[in-house]
Formats: sequence, C-alpha cells, structure tokens
Amino acid sequence: MTRIVHKFTRTVPTWRPRLRPVDLATATPEQLSALSVTPSNTKVSDYVLTLAHDVESLKVRSPLFNAIMYDAGGMSRAERELGAIGASMVNRCIYCAAVHADRHAKLEKDTAVTDALFSKGENADLSARNRAIFDFARKLSEAPVAATPEDMAMLKKVGLSDEEILDLILSTALFGWANRLMHVLGDPVRDEVGA
Amino acid sequence: MSLFQTTALDTAGIDTGPVADAVRTRANIMQATQAAEDAVMAPLYAGAFSHDLRAALAARMAQSGGVPELATRYLARAGDMAPLADPASDGAAQGLAHIIAFVDRAANATRDVAASDISGLQAASVSDADIVRLCELVAFTAYQLRVVAGLRLMKGGAA
Repeated sequence: MTRIVHKFTRTVPTWRPRLRPVDLATATPEQLSALSVTPSNTKVSDYVLTLAHDVESLKVRSPLFNAIMYDAGGMSRAERELGAIGASMVNRCIYCAAVHADRHAKLEKDTAVTDALFSKGENADLSARNRAIFDFARKLSEAPVAATPEDMAMLKKVGLSDEEILDLILSTALFGWANRLMHVLGDPVRDEVGA
Repeated sequence: MSLFQTTALDTAGIDTGPVADAVRTRANIMQATQAAEDAVMAPLYAGAFSHDLRAALAARMAQSGGVPELATRYLARAGDMAPLADPASDGAAQGLAHIIAFVDRAANATRDVAASDISGLQAASVSDADIVRLCELVAFTAYQLRVVAGLRLMKGGAA
C-alpha cells in the first residue's frame, strides 16, 4: 500500500506520475538521446521519463537547472536551496521541498533552518539574512509582482551583493518552473509498512 | 542573440549599470533561458498547441501576472488566438475552455492542482504528451515572469 504525503518533510518521498511516462522500449531516437540512455545506462527516473514527452523542453531545461543551482560564484549553494524551498512551500510541492530541504540541511550540516520552516512556515524564527532571503522567495513565488521594493531593500540591508540577489531571483523563479511540473504531474507517495 | 536582447533582459530594461554587470556573470543562464523560451514557444513538435496558441497562453499568464510588457511581446505572436490572451476570456469560443481553466489554475493557484485536474484533461482527450507540453509551457512562463519581475526590482533598487 502507498499513501500520498501531504506534510512537508526532509525524508524524500517517491514521485508517482499522474500520467504514463515514456516507455523506453518505444522511445524515439530524440527521446533516448535527451535521456542519455545507453546500453550501460538504462536507469531513468519516472519523472524524467514523464518529461521526455516534451523532449525539446527537457533538453534545454537540465543544463539551465544545473547552472542556476550549481555554477560557481554568486550566492552560496545553501542559500540558493533556501530560494528553492521558499518557492516549493508556496506551491506546496512536497517532493521538491523535501529534496531541497534535505540538500540545505546537508550543505549546512544543520537541520535547524528547515526544521523551523517546516514547523512554523513563514513565522519561523530565522536569522535576519535567512529571513530576508526566505521572505523574498516566498513573495516572488506567490505572484510575479508580489515582492516589493522594500523586500529588495531588505536583501541589500542584510548584506546580499547584486550577484547574490540575481542568484536568488533565478533559483526562486526556477522552482516556479520545477514545482509546476513536479506538483502538477505527479504525487509524492510513501510505502506503508505493514498496512 | 546578444545578451541584452534576450526577452527577459530586454523586457526588464537591463542594459547598463550594476544590474547589467551582475547579469554578465550569469550570461550562460540568460542565454539558456532564451533557448528554453524557443523550445516551449516554437517547438518543432508542437503537439496540440500551435505556436500562436502558445504565445496567446503566455501572454495571458503575463497579463494576469501583472507584467503587461511581456504580455505585449507574446500577444504580437498570437495570431488568431489573441483573444485568449485576455484573462477574462474563458476559451469556450475556441473550444478550449478545459485548456484555459487548467492553465489559469496551474499558473496562478499551483498549490491547489490535484490529480483530478490531470484526469480531467485526459477525459477531455488531451494526450499525455500534450499534458506535459502544456505544463512545460505554463511552468517556463511562470519562471520567465519572475525573472523579469525580479530584475526590475533590482533595477529599481540600484542607486
């Protein structure tokens, strides 16, 4: 038996598609190429197989995703994850929030920030810097124009450089994209033991 | 396309100053953003969604998202589908009411989307591949809108 996970958690659930993923046995050459499937690499997640229905988007999105989240310079990786978490909490993408809260905790070697966010939401007790970052990410996610000049001023006041602010905008916006795939096209599920 | 001609930077009005300097450090990301726009707005395999219809849906999202300058850009490419760019139109006249309802919900009430929204599209004979295409279009546009809005805030805050 499986159940759908409805509460925020750092324990990453399984993602179950709401439609039929591409079947590798009948995939087109373009799909196989975008999936990087070779005789020695046939393991592809259901999520990526689902996105392979639109192979042109899949091909451009993966390098963009990696550049925004992992390229050197600018904002720290953990703070970019905070942008991702802010977006995922607004959009209630349980799966995305879990993956990126887990990454944040591992990068910081500390679960305090994500514990606080998952138990108290926007009222979590955060450092001034994390508060400014999270609030900006939350508002930008609620609506494109919901973040205000005051929110921007606060980012500068707590010491973010222009390069860091740009990375925060990009990582938050990127999860506006990812959430609209992950949360819309599938369910986060967990196996029930002994049910 | 040069960096400052990409849709996001041109729409946000970024070309000089400290924000432009910051953007230059992420030129690869801005160019990849443009490549993503091309992939969702003008794909080779468009499925059930013509390029005109895609532009109209993006314009609709930009309009309801409060970024009319981006709406104007996409509207210019919407052809006969232009009426759908008005957030007040429900798509019934084009036989697309189910598509419009889904786009509005996925774009603006993402957290409320449920399994029934996907099964509803399937029941209306939208193929699984087309559902993914539609979600990528909505999802990319949600991203691009936020990049433009965020860059504008940066520009406004630059002394």
